[in-house]
Amino acid sequence: MTAYDGATQERKRQPLSTGSEWTFELIRAYDREIGRIAERYALDTYPNQIELITAEQMMDAYASVGMPLGYHHWSYGKHFLSTEKGYKRGQMGLAYEIVINSDPCIAYLMEENTMCMQALVVAHACYGHNSFFKGNYLFRTWTDASSIIDYLVFAKQYITQCEERHGIDAVEDLLDSCHALMNYGVDRYKRPYPISAEEERRRQKEREEHLQKQINDLWRTIPKGSGKRGEHDNKRFPPEPQENILYFLEKHAPLLEPWQREVIRIVRKIAQYFYPQRQTQVMNEGWACFWHYTLMNDLYDEGLVTDGFMIEFLQSHTSVIYQPPFDSPYYSGINPYTLGFAMYRDIRRVCEEPTEEDRRWFPDIAGSDWLSTLKFAMKSFKDESFILQYLSPKVIRDLKLFSILDDDQKDELIVPAIHDEAGYRTIRETLAAQYNLGNREPNVQIWSIDRRGDRSLTLRHQQHDRKPLGSSTEEVMKHLHRLWGFDIHLETMQGDQLIDTQHVPPKGETDPASDYPRLDLIIPPI
Amino acid sequence: MSYVIDRRLNGKNKSTVNRQRFLRRYREHIKKAVEEAVSRRSITDMEHGEQISIPGRDIDEPVLHHGRGGKQSIVHPGNKEFTAGERIPRPPGGGAGRGAGKASNTGEGMDEFVFQITQEEFLDFMFEDLELPNLVKRHLTGADTFKTVRAGISNEGNPSRINIVRTLRSAHARRIALSGSSRAKLKAAQVELERLKREEPDNFGDIQELEAEISKLHARINRVPFLDTFDLKYNLLVKQPNPSSKAVMFCLMDVSGSMTQATKDIAKRFFILLYLFLKRNYDKIDVVFIRHHTSAKEVDEEEFFYSRETGGTIVSSALKLMQEVMAERYPINEWNIYAAQASDGDNWNDDSPICRDILIKQIMPYVQYFTYVEITPREHQALWFEYEQVCEAFADTFAQQQLVSAADIYPVFRELFQRRLTT
Repeated sequence: MTAYDGATQERKRQPLSTGSEWTFELIRAYDREIGRIAERYALDTYPNQIELITAEQMMDAYASVGMPLGYHHWSYGKHFLSTEKGYKRGQMGLAYEIVINSDPCIAYLMEENTMCMQALVVAHACYGHNSFFKGNYLFRTWTDASSIIDYLVFAKQYITQCEERHGIDAVEDLLDSCHALMNYGVDRYKRPYPISAEEERRRQKEREEHLQKQINDLWRTIPKGSGKRGEHDNKRFPPEPQENILYFLEKHAPLLEPWQREVIRIVRKIAQYFYPQRQTQVMNEGWACFWHYTLMNDLYDEGLVTDGFMIEFLQSHTSVIYQPPFDSPYYSGINPYTLGFAMYRDIRRVCEEPTEEDRRWFPDIAGSDWLSTLKFAMKSFKDESFILQYLSPKVIRDLKLFSILDDDQKDELIVPAIHDEAGYRTIRETLAAQYNLGNREPNVQIWSIDRRGDRSLTLRHQQHDRKPLGSSTEEVMKHLHRLWGFDIHLETMQGDQLIDTQHVPPKGETDPASDYPRLDLIIPPI
Repeated sequence: MSYVIDRRLNGKNKSTVNRQRFLRRYREHIKKAVEEAVSRRSITDMEHGEQISIPGRDIDEPVLHHGRGGKQSIVHPGNKEFTAGERIPRPPGGGAGRGAGKASNTGEGMDEFVFQITQEEFLDFMFEDLELPNLVKRHLTGADTFKTVRAGISNEGNPSRINIVRTLRSAHARRIALSGSSRAKLKAAQVELERLKREEPDNFGDIQELEAEISKLHARINRVPFLDTFDLKYNLLVKQPNPSSKAVMFCLMDVSGSMTQATKDIAKRFFILLYLFLKRNYDKIDVVFIRHHTSAKEVDEEEFFYSRETGGTIVSSALKLMQEVMAERYPINEWNIYAAQASDGDNWNDDSPICRDILIKQIMPYVQYFTYVEITPREHQALWFEYEQVCEAFADTFAQQQLVSAADIYPVFRELFQRRLTT
C-alpha cells in the first residue's frame, strides 16, 4: 500500500471528470477505476456487460420483471401500463439500473443518469450485485447464470410456437393458471441440472413422448387381476405430501397434453430462477449498497472524483437507504436497502472496533478480519438466517425497531419487545421470521389424489399462527382445477385437526358444464 | 472485464405485444369505458385519448397468500413512545397494526387499475364494427369517375399514341430477323469476290456469277421494309375507377324557439360524432352548416351552435337550401354527400309533405346517407310520419332515430351506421 500512496498523491488533483455529462469513454474510465479498487477487495464477479438504454427501454425492462427477454403475456402489458402511467405523470422515477443474474452479468444503465449516477450504478450493480450473484450459496445452488439467457430464448420460442399451433387464448389461459401457482412451483431440495437451450429442445421432445405414457399408466383402470388389489388401492398417492404443486401437475395431471406440460415446466423453471432473489432481498441490496458506498468513498479518497460528485452521490445514497418511521405516510414496511446496508456496515464495525457488547454477542467475529467475515456472511446465508445470525443490538437501537403482536382474539395490540436489552432477541427472531418465505406464504401442499374414484385432488393447508388464507384462494383453486381437470379439495389443518375445507367446484355441484374454467382437453382412453 | 454497449438505438417498443395482449384481454372493459366517455365528453374534446380504469379485482392475478387475522407479529422501525409489554388500542379499520403495508398490499387492495389509451385507440374502440353505409359499394364499383393511367404497350391504338422508340426498336428487330440469312450470304459472297479478284483475276465467269448473286442479295435485303404496320407500338392507357375521397357533410338543425340549448347540445354531439367518423374515412371533408327556423341560412360553426333565434319552424326551407348548395358546389361525381338533420320534431304542419317531396325527388337520389334524429321525449309529430315514407322509399340510405338524452347518442349512432352485411 505504501508504494500505492505515492501514486495516489499524484492523482490527487486529477478527477476523472468534472461535469455531470457522461460519455462512453468516461463510463469505461470509471468502470476501470472501480474495477481496480474492487479487485483490491478481491470481489469475485462475472464479466460485466454494461448496456446504456433509454427511459422507454427501461420501462420495457421493468415490464418483463427483469428478464431480458420473456414470452408474451398480458400481465407484462399490465406492468408496462402502470409503469408508463406512473413515469409519465412524474409519480415515480424509474430505477437507475436493472441488473440480471447472468454470465456475463448484464446491467442496464439509463441514459438520463448523470455521470455520478452512472458511476454509482456501476459500483452498485456491476460489482455489488454481480459479486453477490456469483457468491451467494442460493444463487450458486439454484440458478445457472450461464444458461439462463439460453433458456429464456427457448421458452419464448416454445410459447410462440404453442400460440401459433393452439391459439393465443389457449396458451394465455394456461399461463394464467400457471402464474397463479408460480410461487408453488419451486423445488426447495433438489438441485436442477443446468443445460443449454439446444439440449433443452432435444430433451423436450423426449419428455413429451415419455411423459404421456407414464401418465396413462398411473391412471390405468384395467383390473390387474383380483387378489391384492384392495390393499394396493389403499395406499395414498403421492406417498409424501408434495410442495411443488406445478411439478406435480406437470408430471401427474391426467388430462394435459404434452405441450401444456412443457409450458408448466417453463413457468416452473422461471419461478425457480427467481426463487433465490425472493429470499435474499435484504442481503443482496444491502451488499450492493455497502459496496457502492465503499467503492465510491475510495474513489474520493484517491482524488478521482470531485467534491460536487461526492455530494451528489451522498444525496442519492441517503435517499436510497432512507427508512421512514412506522408512522410516516411514506412508510411501507422495512426498507431492505436500509436494513441490509446497516447490517453489513455493522458487521464491519464489529470486526474493526468491537465494543464490549459486541464481544458478548458476537464472540466469533469481534475483532476478526472484516473482509473475510463479510464475504462469509454474504455467501452462506439467506435473509432469514442472515438476520438471525447478524442483527446486532446496535442496529436494532439505531433503527429503533419494535415489534407488534396483532392477535385477532384480543382487543388490543401488544408490544412484545422494543430496542432494549430484554427485547433484542425477540426482535431479532421476529424480524428473521418475517423474512422466512415459509412463513410469508401459506403452507399449502398436495396431500393426495383419488386415483380410483373421482380423480379429485386434495390439498392441505397447514395453518401457521391461525392465519387464514387470503381472499383470492378460490380463484387460485379454480386455476388449479383448470390444470388438474377434476375436483379440487382444500383442507385447512391446525396441527392434526381439520378446521376448514373448500371445494372447487363447490360440493354438490359437479356439473362439468358449469363456468369453472377448463382447458380444452382430450380425455385419454380409460 | 467489462463491456460497455450502447443499446439506445435498439427498438424501444419491446412491450407493444404485451400491451396489446392486455388491451385484447380487457376489451370489454375498455369498450364500456369508451362508450361512457363518449356520452360524457364535451364536443370539442375528441382529439385526445382516454383514461380507462378497470376495477382492481377484475385484473388481479390471484395467488395464495395470507389473509387478515390470526396472530401476526411484525417488526416496525422508528419507535418513539412504546415500551415493552404496552397494550395499544387496535387502530380503526382493523388490520395488522399501523401502516402494515406489507400485509395488505398483497391481496385485499380493491383499487382501480388506471391507464391511458391514445386518441387513435380511443377512436378505434369507438368506431369499432362501424362502416360508412354504401361506402364500400361506391369504392368498389367506382362507376362515377375514372382516371386514365398508363398500362404498358399495346399493338393497337390511336396514331396520336404511337410510341416511337418502341416502334423503331421493334422494326429494327424485325429487319434483323428477316434479312439475317441474306446478310450472312452477302458477306460471304463479298469475301469470296475479293478473294477471286485478288487471286484469280482471270476467272471472269465466277466473278460475274458472284456479282449477280451479290446484287440479288442486295435486292432481297432492300425488299425488307424499314417500317411495317406490324412494328407499330402504342402507349396503352386504361381507365381506372377513381374512388372519390372527398365528402361533404350537411348539418341541418332547427333553431326555432322550441329547441332548447340542451337539445342543441345533444344535436351537436351527434354532428361531431358524424364528423369524426367521416374524417377517418375521407381525405377531405367539407362541412356545411344550415340552420333554420322559418327561413334557412348557411352559417359557420360558431353561429350554428351558439347563436339564438326564435320563431316558427319551416323545415323545408333548410332542405331547399341544402339542395341548392349541393347543385351549386358539390357535383355528385366528385363528392360523397352525407347529411344529418336534427330537430325536435316540430314543424308547421302543411310543410311536412313538402319536406317529404323535396327529399324523395331532389335530395335522396344524390346522397350517400341521410340521417334524421329527433331529439324529443314527446310523441312523434307529422314530420316523423312523413319521413317514414321517405325511409320506405330509400331504406338503404335513409335512417331516422329518436334521442332523448346525451347518453342515447352513441347507441343510436351505432345503430344508424351499423355495418351492413349486404352491401
